[in-house]
Amino acid sequence: MAGQTLIPAGDFRTSYAADTTVFPTKTSRNAMIAGIALICFAPHVLNEYSLSLLIQIGIFGIAALGLNIVVGFTGQISIGHAAFFGFGAFTSAYLSNRFAIPVFFCVPLAGVVTAAVGLIFGLPAARLKGLYLAIATLAAQYILLDFFARAEWFTGGSVPASAEPFSIFGYSLRGDKKYFYVVLAYVVVCYLLVTNLMRSRDGRALVAVRDHYLSAEIMGINLTKYRTLSFGLAAFFAGVGGALYAHYNQVVSNEGFGIERSIIFLAMIIIGGLGSIMGTLMGTAFMVLLPESMEWLSVALRDSPIDRFLGLKNNIAFLREMAIGVIIIVFLVFEPDGLAHRWRQIKTYWKLYPFSH
Amino acid sequence: MNTQLLVQLLINGLVVGTLYGVVAMSFVLIYKASQVVNFAQGELLLIGAWVCWWLLTKYQVPFYLGMPITLVFMFVFGIAIQVVILRPMIGEPIISVIMVTIALSTVFSAMMKWMFGVNLQPFPRVFNTQNVNVLGLQVQTVYLMSLAVSLAMIVGMAWFFRLSKYGLAMRATAFNQQVAQSLGISVKSVFAMAWAISATVSAVAGVVVAVVNGVSAGLSAYGVKVFPAAILGGLDSVGGAVLGGIIIGLLENVAHFVDSEYLHWGNLYEIAPFYALIIILMIKPYGLFGTKDIERV
Repeated sequence: MAGQTLIPAGDFRTSYAADTTVFPTKTSRNAMIAGIALICFAPHVLNEYSLSLLIQIGIFGIAALGLNIVVGFTGQISIGHAAFFGFGAFTSAYLSNRFAIPVFFCVPLAGVVTAAVGLIFGLPAARLKGLYLAIATLAAQYILLDFFARAEWFTGGSVPASAEPFSIFGYSLRGDKKYFYVVLAYVVVCYLLVTNLMRSRDGRALVAVRDHYLSAEIMGINLTKYRTLSFGLAAFFAGVGGALYAHYNQVVSNEGFGIERSIIFLAMIIIGGLGSIMGTLMGTAFMVLLPESMEWLSVALRDSPIDRFLGLKNNIAFLREMAIGVIIIVFLVFEPDGLAHRWRQIKTYWKLYPFSH
Repeated sequence: MNTQLLVQLLINGLVVGTLYGVVAMSFVLIYKASQVVNFAQGELLLIGAWVCWWLLTKYQVPFYLGMPITLVFMFVFGIAIQVVILRPMIGEPIISVIMVTIALSTVFSAMMKWMFGVNLQPFPRVFNTQNVNVLGLQVQTVYLMSLAVSLAMIVGMAWFFRLSKYGLAMRATAFNQQVAQSLGISVKSVFAMAWAISATVSAVAGVVVAVVNGVSAGLSAYGVKVFPAAILGGLDSVGGAVLGGIIIGLLENVAHFVDSEYLHWGNLYEIAPFYALIIILMIKPYGLFGTKDIERV
């Protein structure tokens, strides 16, 4: 049935195989391929600034995806994601500088090392209720930040560590235009991996743990294992994202991995939709564009009465911070399922258009 | 071994620790009454301190008047937060509630930076005498005041819980909300009152810290130290929170002593409570006095 209309008007799946495909319809698969093909032209069309925003969306999108696994799918809360992101960045820089490992391998390796570190912090708390994981990750955030400042052999201490540019088989990918494809490739691979994970036994086990941990346990799901697993996966994707971030900027400093960044990661997945894979990307785009659009707004309002009243120029940093908090609250109160839910509603509306009843 | 320094640091630890205890106590109060983990506790401290500072410097209000006004303001403010933001969240998953308090803390701290700037502002002098002689030791008056105020608040809270009628209602609600409601206790107003008291007590702590060290955005760090203290004492034990706070305060200063005398790692004292937190979570997650039936899975 799925092949006959653009958007099917209901669920017509007759087998489990059909129910667990990566793409629900052929149209959605074709649209996705077309979308990726289209975005390949972005470096030739967009200017430097827009391109750098796209790259940021990609990098943070990968890290946010990891957070969505632990928060959205498994129902645990983690407040230390930025520290793992930073750990990935430093690890990748360290590996490529110290051991001369090609950057191509450093990125996934950084993910693995970060996952191992994440497990150290996740293990004690994974045996307990979500609340304790929140507090343990908060501690992880502070301990790792302290470690970054202290371990000069690893991070360079107060001097930022340098990271090699990305290269494949000796062919170096310098500059935004080439790096864009690296990030795009990683985004596609990571998102496909997670989509695939969510239709496997392990993925469904994670969701079962979130929905009702007692029932999940009765069905034979090892709670400790899956909580730890999801936490490790989250740290893995944070590490990969961080590594990409390091090789994008080519320097890694201590700045920008604090609790504010962790809150921004949480905001991304809440705005996008907890437990929605595509929503993660939407939320990331929203959170990357929000501060930028506030910047545009403040430029547009320069010397107007509003500007004089709020003192936009000097206070834009604080106003941004406030906007992040307010947006989180607004979404939690009015749209707890995030942008992904809104998107589904728009699709449902057009599905039956013009006879929506 | 530098005994002089050790004694000094231990006294310091005791003073700071009692303050941690007071803040942890108000944190536990909210958790016990409404099962909300309040990540914005430090910001309540900050707001209280700024409001009092603002009254004292901008309007030249004397301290004995400014302080009660601050407390009344914080009481109303606590109720307002509960009614406007947290009441609609009742029944939502625990993640949403935690996220709301995290978002609140972001909003408040940014708002305070926006309104009052990021620089440390000295607090107007409250006492005329700087030092008092206690048993041959020169102790700063503000330290004594801090200790006295903290102890007074702890005793006041204990009295409130044990002997007052409202405290009884609060304990009943903490025990079982439905049963409390069927006995005619307004659970709604208990929640609001928990936030109001918590905000007020935090504000007192905030003002005390401000008198000692001045006001700055860094004050909200006290809100983060609440977690080691509350977890150590047990998340649902008011007395445990106080003891946990004192232990964490002492631990910090002992770490500082060990660091400056032997290890020379620098900065150890800021991070020691978090190592302690991880260790406690590993071996005794329900803390010293917490209810042991917190489900282990």
